[in-house]
Amino acid sequence: MPSLKDLKNRITSVKSTRKITKAMQMVAAAKLRRAQEAAEAARPYAERFNAVVSALAASVGQSDTAPLLLKGTGSDKVHMLVVMTAERGLCGGFNSTIVRLARQRAQALLAEGKTVKILTVGKKGREQLRRDLGNHFIGHVDLSGTKTIGYANAQAIAKDLLGRFEEGEFDIATIFYAQFQSVISQVPTAQQVIPAKFEAAEGPTTDYDYEPSEEAILADLLPQSVATAIFSALLENGASEQGARMSAMDNATRNAGDMIDRLTIEFNRSRQAVITNELIEIISGAEAL
Amino acid sequence: MSEAFQFDLVSPERKLASVQATEVQIPAAEGAMTAMAGHAPTITTLRPGVLRVTHAGGTEDYIVSGGFAEIGGTNVSVLAERALPAAEVTQTVFDAMVAEYRAAHEAALKNFHNEPGMVDDAARLLADMVAIGSHMGLSYRD
Repeated sequence: MPSLKDLKNRITSVKSTRKITKAMQMVAAAKLRRAQEAAEAARPYAERFNAVVSALAASVGQSDTAPLLLKGTGSDKVHMLVVMTAERGLCGGFNSTIVRLARQRAQALLAEGKTVKILTVGKKGREQLRRDLGNHFIGHVDLSGTKTIGYANAQAIAKDLLGRFEEGEFDIATIFYAQFQSVISQVPTAQQVIPAKFEAAEGPTTDYDYEPSEEAILADLLPQSVATAIFSALLENGASEQGARMSAMDNATRNAGDMIDRLTIEFNRSRQAVITNELIEIISGAEAL
Repeated sequence: MSEAFQFDLVSPERKLASVQATEVQIPAAEGAMTAMAGHAPTITTLRPGVLRVTHAGGTEDYIVSGGFAEIGGTNVSVLAERALPAAEVTQTVFDAMVAEYRAAHEAALKNFHNEPGMVDDAARLLADMVAIGSHMGLSYRD
């Protein structure tokens, strides 16, 4: 049985851990609000953009002259997986769920005899994938220095990706990130960005005049649509990370509270036992006289 | 007073304007155009330039580059890769933007020296940027 002093030390240490997790939870809550606002602010652009590009893509279709970014290279041999995770841990299963999804996909592709290349964004995913898929790494994007994610960050990643596509390094690119649903639920998602996939537009479409031609506009907009998709994914990821961290830290705070209660009870009991012991010693000593 | 229509200007990061406008001057890729109510539905890409919105309360200028404009029957939306209210474009911001396009032009000169199309495109973008500066009374330093 631990001594009274040991118990007291443990209670103090758990108390300070609780203070830290509580503080982290509150910081995450504040950051989450900002991340959600950023994601919300970016939504009108992404929605409108996708609507126009998908309408254009549908009308240009799979013709021979369609841009490569839309119709693909015609092969599906080399897959590029862009795994987007957080730069920091202590956010529950956030990084692991994204990594798990990416790993499953990579292993399935490898089993089919395809070539897999991995570009990691965020160091946590890189660390987790290094052991079994490290030899497939072709690059890493470090965002640890960026405080708020801007469109420029997404553009840089997109530029890198498009450059590699033009060099013929891969045929299909998929991005992995967590879709933010609520503080307690973030859904790991895989989205194919090259060649671009669009859902068919619904409802009647307006007949537009195009200036320059439809295909020229599409060729101009497709690279931007990759950047837009990556930007939305980064923002979703940002909100998901903070949400996951907030609920993880909330759990940790609660667990610490439970532990303090248990330790306090144990501490009181042992103190009681010590007092009883001393009393017995005094009484039996007195009786012996 | 001409008829008003819904005008939205959005960049990837935020919504800059959403007003009932009567007239919007758009720096379209193939020449500036002015959209008013009842304009034929058009989609056009943008070149760097000044976008001027006229509404009941006056006019506002924005610097836009990249992206496209969608002129619908009842609304006009401009989705610019980069958009800033003209008031926010100071000499420093302008210099940074020009420097960026100049770097792109130099990169094009280096990488595509046998593809004049790409170099011309980059040169045109740079010239457009410089033109914005003279329009706004900002100096262009070589």
